Amino acid sequence: MTKSDLIERLTSKHFQLSVKEVEDSVKETLMLMTNSLASGDRIEVRGFGSFSLHYRAPRVGRNPKTGDKVELGGKYVPHFKPGKALRERVNALNT
Amino acid sequence: MALTKAEIAAHLSEEIGLSKREAKEFVESFFEEIKSTLEAGSPVKISGFGGFELKDKGERPGRNPKTGEDIPIEARRVVTFKAGQKLKELVEESLPDTPNK
Repeated sequence: MTKSDLIERLTSKHFQLSVKEVEDSVKETLMLMTNSLASGDRIEVRGFGSFSLHYRAPRVGRNPKTGDKVELGGKYVPHFKPGKALRERVNALNT
Repeated sequence: MALTKAEIAAHLSEEIGLSKREAKEFVESFFEEIKSTLEAGSPVKISGFGGFELKDKGERPGRNPKTGEDIPIEARRVVTFKAGQKLKELVEESLPDTPNK
């Protein structure tokens, strides 16, 4: 499923909303989520999961082509931990 | 402070002009659509944000850390998230390169 599939499905589910309102709401929701992580805040959605930031320490990497050493600074990367309901539902069909 | 469904709904009502009830229902179904797609075994790819994928893990030997008893960990299907390029860049650019929390 892509973002446009998601917009389509939400439009057919929410008759009271126009396509434009659904589109804007999807974009706004994703923007809020992105901004939240970019400002160092977590996202917590009950039943779905939580997004947080994991720190990666600075390290010396290598250019795979030339083999040269490259100093890589520390950084934060987004991390998702599925919630209980999502974990159970995804695994239910498998077992 | 963590972003929650209630906060997203409040923003949608202010920014897009949905009623409080519409905003709340919208946020619920936004996450429900992603969940049911994953439940049905299909990945979800949101350009700019990231993708949710499914991985089938085989059974592996495990142990109860309290009792030391050997217990096999059953085969299972799990969700993994891969942040998109844009999200990764925004996070990297706007946060310090030293740990602060």
